[in-house]
Amino acid sequence: MAKVFGAVTIDSMHCKGCELCVVACPADVLSLQPKEVNDRGYRYAFAAKPEACIGCAACATVCPDACIEVYRVVDRGN
Amino acid sequence: MKPEEIIRPENKVYSRPRLLTDVHTHYCPGCSHGVVHRLVAELLDEMGLAPKAIGIAPVGCAVFAYNYIDIDWIEAAHGRAPALATAASRLNPDRLVFTYQGDGDLSAIGTAETIHAANRGEDITIIFINNGIYGMTGGQMAPTTLLGMKTATTPYGRRADLNGYPLAITPLLAQLDGTCYVTRQAVHTPAAVRKAKAAIKKAFTNSVEKRGTSVVEIVATCNSGWKLSPAQSNEWMVEHMFEKYPLGDLKDVESKA
Repeated sequence: MAKVFGAVTIDSMHCKGCELCVVACPADVLSLQPKEVNDRGYRYAFAAKPEACIGCAACATVCPDACIEVYRVVDRGN
Repeated sequence: MKPEEIIRPENKVYSRPRLLTDVHTHYCPGCSHGVVHRLVAELLDEMGLAPKAIGIAPVGCAVFAYNYIDIDWIEAAHGRAPALATAASRLNPDRLVFTYQGDGDLSAIGTAETIHAANRGEDITIIFINNGIYGMTGGQMAPTTLLGMKTATTPYGRRADLNGYPLAITPLLAQLDGTCYVTRQAVHTPAAVRKAKAAIKKAFTNSVEKRGTSVVEIVATCNSGWKLSPAQSNEWMVEHMFEKYPLGDLKDVESKA
């Protein structure tokens, strides 16, 4: 069976820490920084469990600030 | 696989739309406006309509839309976006003209302009963001505010005897002969965002093909005005707003006779 690997990059300067991506992620990859804030004072989102990402782009689809970019590799085992 | 093996240009499946300018929007964290702006920017780029598009910005939270999407814009006086859109589309029939309005703009001060533009069947798209509140001015009651909903001007909740009933304006517009496509969508989940994108795409296609007025209502959140977190606002919207403003197509005429 094909395995899917995903990864996200988050523009932490544009992120406003609204947490909608965290709620939308079906694989619980994302979370908000517990203490760190960006230049504008928001606790930005980051990939806390990057190995679980399936590249479904649900986070990017709901992001109001378009700060998430998604990458996906499908390994068909050949 | 390691992240550096995955994060390569050839594996990219989602990127920031090219037409969104590289600025910080003034919207509150989690505001639905950002999602709809992104959908409009994505669609104009995908459909190759960016050089042809004229957006009409409203008065309300989306007043600075012209700073965020890199196309031609006109800023309208409060509620007058459909009137300006009428002029823009009649003078430039080869252009795609769309308005982007909130509920205070479209269903309060701009009711007459909206209804008459739709009744004339102007070949424009109206994107209507309905969050049931005047967000920009500090969360006052709007005509679309639900009964019992607390706002800055109805601190004990909206009362029908004092403040009247909530106004659902899209069903009114659906009755008019000039409209070809009237739909109500939301952007609270990935699936809903994809449906909303398809609806806006259909509306833009109708406008380009001169089929009449298309209205896409997006039931939206105003987490600052509602005094909830963005995620809680989405839940509140599903529980309360969808009862008065159920999602779905209200009218879909394939071609104007």
